Amino acid sequence: MATKSGRTISSVREFSAKSLLIRWEFLLILIFAGVNIMNISLSPYYLDAYNLFTNINGFLTKALVALPMAYILLLGEIDLSVGGNVCLSATVLGVVYNASGNIWLGILAAIAVGTLCGALNGLILTKFSELAPMIVTLATNIIFRGLSERILGDGSTGGMQKIEWFTQLYYGRVGNMVPYLFIIFCVLALVFGLVMHKTVLGRQMFAIGENSKAAEYAGIKVQRIRMLVYTLAGLICGITAVFYCSWMGSVKSNACEGYELEAISMCVLGGISTAGGKGTFTGAFIAIFIVGLLRYGLNLINLSGQTIRIILGALLIAVVLYPTIRDAIKNRKKAIK
Amino acid sequence: MSNTVLELRGITKIFPGVKALNKVQFNLREGEIHALMGENGAGKSTFIKVIMGVHQAEEGEMYLNGEKVNFKSTRDAQKAGIAAIYQHVTAYPHLTAAENIFIGHLKMRFGIVQWKEMYEEADRLLSELNADFDSHALMGNLSVAQQQMVEIAKALSLNARIIIMDEPTAALTKRESEELYRIALKLRDEGVAIIFISHRFEDMYALASRVTVFRDAQYIGTYNVDEITNADLIKAMVGREINDLFPKPQVELGEELLRVENLCRTGYFKDVSFSVRKGEILGLTGLVGARRTEVVQTIYGVEKLKSGKIFWEGKEVKVRNPSEAMKMGIGLLPENRQIEGLILDWGIGRNITLTELNSYVRGLFLDEKKENETSKELAERVDTKAVSVFDKASSLSGGNQQKVVVAKALGSDFKLLILDEPTKGVDVGAKAAIYEIMGELALAGYGIIMISSEMPEILGMSDRIIVMCEGRVTGELSREEATQEKILALAMDKQTSTTEGGAES
Repeated sequence: MATKSGRTISSVREFSAKSLLIRWEFLLILIFAGVNIMNISLSPYYLDAYNLFTNINGFLTKALVALPMAYILLLGEIDLSVGGNVCLSATVLGVVYNASGNIWLGILAAIAVGTLCGALNGLILTKFSELAPMIVTLATNIIFRGLSERILGDGSTGGMQKIEWFTQLYYGRVGNMVPYLFIIFCVLALVFGLVMHKTVLGRQMFAIGENSKAAEYAGIKVQRIRMLVYTLAGLICGITAVFYCSWMGSVKSNACEGYELEAISMCVLGGISTAGGKGTFTGAFIAIFIVGLLRYGLNLINLSGQTIRIILGALLIAVVLYPTIRDAIKNRKKAIK
Repeated sequence: MSNTVLELRGITKIFPGVKALNKVQFNLREGEIHALMGENGAGKSTFIKVIMGVHQAEEGEMYLNGEKVNFKSTRDAQKAGIAAIYQHVTAYPHLTAAENIFIGHLKMRFGIVQWKEMYEEADRLLSELNADFDSHALMGNLSVAQQQMVEIAKALSLNARIIIMDEPTAALTKRESEELYRIALKLRDEGVAIIFISHRFEDMYALASRVTVFRDAQYIGTYNVDEITNADLIKAMVGREINDLFPKPQVELGEELLRVENLCRTGYFKDVSFSVRKGEILGLTGLVGARRTEVVQTIYGVEKLKSGKIFWEGKEVKVRNPSEAMKMGIGLLPENRQIEGLILDWGIGRNITLTELNSYVRGLFLDEKKENETSKELAERVDTKAVSVFDKASSLSGGNQQKVVVAKALGSDFKLLILDEPTKGVDVGAKAAIYEIMGELALAGYGIIMISSEMPEILGMSDRIIVMCEGRVTGELSREEATQEKILALAMDKQTSTTEGGAES
């Protein structure tokens, strides 16, 4: 077709070690190694596997929420309601269990409520697609937490720890070593990563995040995918609530405060741009462990929670600045040439 | 002869991949209204932006009252007494008229804004223009014509001696246009020089003493309005040797693919009917604001239809979204290819495969190797100038970006392709390639709807031409009977729209 120039186009990606080295994931691995070296030097007990898994389990509930958050950020959106959603779902779990005496009913109710809350976000945002996700989910977060407060008042709901197998969800370990939660998290992360990078849905999410207009013109059902992703986030919130209850044994209305920001920081540190369309799941996965282990390490040297927050905040700013700095260096090199 | 107040010589402006202005010149005298005319894409708007300091020209000089000037920003131009009123009023709808007039040069004393003084001054300026509203009116509540008055008042408050009006009448009714003429003539009599850009010949005859014509980014000539005939002017605007650029093959037309009847979308268009057959290239033309894009967006399911019927291969269909249109076999290559057609930050390969991702699935996952090979073939088929399928779309020139969009459409099993301004911002070489591809697609049995404002390509490539004006189909011409003059006459056929309110009714 057309007057051929005889030009051929390559379909093979050129491999370059340099491009691999400046990739964000490579830097993350270095940071991850750095954090571990720091922790090892801080405490002789750090490398004790049993102990380490105990601490990893401690941040994995939050990390569960980071999985769908990666998708939402990839779409160029944000979900601030996940903390409230987990709290409400956990509340429902406790209340339903105490009312019925059946933990299964409680679990089902929690997952259903979580999913519904996510679907509600999705419904509002797709029916009124001009609304900003930040505002809508900020509002639903308040609503979810408010509902939880209505239900619990100043009190709490609990008693779940009486059921041994339910407690084992969080505390149980394979071979008395690897926690169930850790295995579940890794499997989920693998699935999330594969979907994001290897499937049609993943590619379509990247497209929407880069340019939702072009995605729509290309026949991608943008609103349907947004709805799906917010609902999925709700589902994971429900599942997180189950693990939270198993962990804590009781729920108060201030449970899981700040989960949303923690999840967002993990993803952003992992290189998933809040502008959408950029990032890798591997990056987010490594970043989850960097944040979690860094927090643990700083705890080891008895830094206060507030100081840890300051350090994590500074790290986050450095991360979001990184592309700017890198481009500035690149441009200067070009200018010199 | 009066003095020259503004002169530009040898202005060249280059955008990535396209020369927007090529050594153009212009000369404006004191107290004259000078019309600037040309087809869409001739470079008029770019030229204005060069004068206003929005764009910096790569070559050429500008002289204001004989002195060489070099504006780095709009502020420089304003300080020098030049103001522009753009086609789309860029105002602050939530502020009052007075605030809009004085924004950027608020009257201050000791750091305090002098509101009273400003409102009085604004009222004075508006009454000079015989405005029927006062300076407290909210900008957003004013009509387009009234907003333009505010813009003119703003220009006057800046003591502008040169005012540029970029298609100010495009959105006005006949009566409002006449009011604008009155103001323009009054300003002229006070010694203000005006550059008036318009597609309407009536504007030019009513106002201008001289007219300068641009075509394809080049200066064609400057003529005295009372000395040039309408036909000569049209020739200057559109005429050129075009026969060889358009390899339009003779195609045996097949059965009907698409027919639309009385399509209507409130506020945009009404009673639009036409049909396309296999192997046919249907040209859809008109001036800016004719609502051609809106019509095809509705057919493609991007926008919702108010009433009317769409028939696909003889059966009535409803198209709710692009994905349904694509399933039927309709592909759209949007006008705004950088926003709607491509993901600029992606490689061309991924762009090409985006519409048909499902055909690259093996098992659960995408087969990227197959993806890359198919996209390589498609990109080569349209002769894209690129090194590899991983080249970012943003790194390509306008013409090659368009080829990628074409390749993307070829990857799907379409029967009808809608090309919205396929050669906009595309250089001549790539244009010829795109025409060639269109011809081959028609030969292969594709139906094609080509929206274009460029007369030569409409005349050169279409089997049949539908002309629209302000949301209505004003005529249909066969390839044999079509001439530039006939098309322009139909494209400016406003008699019913100005009296009845056109598509707004």
